Amino acid sequence: MRKKKIKGANMILSALQKENVDVIFGFPGGAVLPLYDKLYDDPVKHLLVRHEQAAVHAADGYARVTGKPGVVFATSGPGATNLVTGIANAYMDSVPMVLFTGQVAKSFIGTDAFQEADITGITIPVTKHNYLVKDVAELPDILAEAFYIASTGRRGPVLIDVPKDVFDQEAYFDYNREVDIRGYKPTYEGHVGQVSRAVKAIRNAKKPVIFGGGGLIRAGASKALRELAETAKIPVILSLMGLGAYPGDSPLFLGMPGMHGSVTANYALTEADLIIATGVRFDDRVTGKLESFANNAKIIHIDIDPAEIGKNVAIDVPIVGDVRLVLEELVKKLKPGSTDAWLKQINNWQSQFPMPLGSGKNGQNLKPQFVIRELSRLGGENAIVATDVGQHQMWTAQHFIVREPQTFLTSGGLGTMGYGFPAAIGARLAAPDKRVICITGDGSFQMNIQELATAVHNQLDMIIAVINNSYLGMVRQWQDIFYEKRYSYTSMQGSPDFVRVAEAYGAKAFKATTNEEATAAIEEALKLKGPILIDFIVDPEENVYPMVAPNHSISDIIIGGVQI
Amino acid sequence: MKHVLAVLVENKPGALTRVSGLFSRRGFNIENIAVGETLTPGISRMTITVEGSETLIEQVMKQLHKLINVIRVSNLSAEPSVMRELMLIKVRAEVGNRSDIQQIVETFRGKVVDVSPNSMVIEVTGNEEKMEAIKLLLEHFGILEIVRTGKVALLRGAKITREA
Repeated sequence: MRKKKIKGANMILSALQKENVDVIFGFPGGAVLPLYDKLYDDPVKHLLVRHEQAAVHAADGYARVTGKPGVVFATSGPGATNLVTGIANAYMDSVPMVLFTGQVAKSFIGTDAFQEADITGITIPVTKHNYLVKDVAELPDILAEAFYIASTGRRGPVLIDVPKDVFDQEAYFDYNREVDIRGYKPTYEGHVGQVSRAVKAIRNAKKPVIFGGGGLIRAGASKALRELAETAKIPVILSLMGLGAYPGDSPLFLGMPGMHGSVTANYALTEADLIIATGVRFDDRVTGKLESFANNAKIIHIDIDPAEIGKNVAIDVPIVGDVRLVLEELVKKLKPGSTDAWLKQINNWQSQFPMPLGSGKNGQNLKPQFVIRELSRLGGENAIVATDVGQHQMWTAQHFIVREPQTFLTSGGLGTMGYGFPAAIGARLAAPDKRVICITGDGSFQMNIQELATAVHNQLDMIIAVINNSYLGMVRQWQDIFYEKRYSYTSMQGSPDFVRVAEAYGAKAFKATTNEEATAAIEEALKLKGPILIDFIVDPEENVYPMVAPNHSISDIIIGGVQI
Repeated sequence: MKHVLAVLVENKPGALTRVSGLFSRRGFNIENIAVGETLTPGISRMTITVEGSETLIEQVMKQLHKLINVIRVSNLSAEPSVMRELMLIKVRAEVGNRSDIQQIVETFRGKVVDVSPNSMVIEVTGNEEKMEAIKLLLEHFGILEIVRTGKVALLRGAKITREA
């Protein structure tokens, strides 16, 4: 006996239910009306944003916190194209996501119809996969495949473009989560021979380091990482994307490597005789000049994506697989190790080169580094922090102590200004029991400032910390250092008073211009409900240090800062 | 070095765009590409010639493999294989030089597939050197137009490029 046929729009909502989706981030429009009409009667929560880009970033934040795919609805044409930055961002950072876009009706496709854009064509380079649904009978399989592809292997965004008439057409709906795709079979178990070689290399190493990244977080590998590090006494370096995979206050943690990493992390990578790279992709911001990167080290590279292995750096022991499973295998085979001499050298670097608290320039007394440290000290427990992109992002990575995985949200690969605030909104919905702090800049915040309406309307508890230096600070810093202080269009003069903007939207807001005011504002904000904005007026010409100039060896790190 | 890759893809809308787009956005150069059906319905085979170092080809193959519609990627240049291409050449042919052209075509085991009062269309298959050699000889008469299919290739012996 066959079931009753159902409409395409109902298929989508049924699939979301079967995939345990509890919130959709979206913005309606003409081509997606039939889907929104069905949503009107559906119990699933829908968060209405004020710009489609924010819907993707919010879904991204939600996905990074829960590990589940974020779900987005948008309309055709401009609705769909507004998603593109967010999709590219999720793709670069391997974030699971399923996006639904309305499309003009099938008979109009290809005619330059009103609000028509070839969104599947546009997003091929920035999605893990995408679909244009031509026949409603194909929709059940497409839905199951999309969720499967997004949330397995190397995670990523999958887009489903649905013509308006397909939402209303009917077919049988059999939803089978057991998906079999001929061309998609991720490898999870590490190759036994390579794992043995890795074990041998770890046993023989005198100066080993673990270099972990975002892959650890997506794979839920933190526990395995801790066991490996603590059994074999191996210090841990985490990329920006990896922060939180290992406790930021552990003595074995050396910080972030690369351009604005810690001196110790960069020296350790340079001096190491073995690098255990897990869930990283050797980004140029990490490696600096490739020819002189880790020349003394043998490199083990564990990653779910075979294409990352050997892409930028030659690898001695490649292991394709799920990083959690592979690390667990390594832990089983390793005996407690001793790396005392190496750890002593590392401790010396750590005490010699602490993270600078200021760049040594005079100027205003409120330093951004101090603000980040206070946010971490007063509000860092049980918190999720989302950053935007630029100087404040690097200061947060350097000074905010991230203790747990899935609690540090940042645009690592694409470097998308405007990511942080909507990502914090997504995080708020994902983790009701956690505190949410968005650390943003005066430049970045204005790229999605309209979401104050979303945050206020939904009374989303969060602190929005604007590190306001009246500049596009990171670009200004490069102009300062590499372009003879020619500050070409990096001044943010003309920005509004963020306190009054927040208040106009209905949020509470404070301004802080001194250390005392900063501490007091944070303490006050922590007691309040709803979105609270704090406008921290910081030293405008403060630079981020340490720093490795682009295409320099990471051992050529400019220490640059001072202790205050 | 030139590498000839056999890429088996699901015959889904956009599959060709995904493959060719991958080459352009990753900065890999496709020298030529030939696409056709296989024995299995729903699966097409692309034969792609690409120039580059071993490391680059490894990266090309891995990136191709990441495409969901791609089922199998293999490097035919790494093993003994036969490679062929088909070319049609339209050459200026007056009454006086037709037999000269005919002779060249026969030497290359080509075929004359069309004759008009002042032109001939010649079909020739073979490897790249053969294509270049006949082109060179016919240039003397005046080549009007050329079209080539791009290389196709199979492994020698009983071994096949499997779909799984």
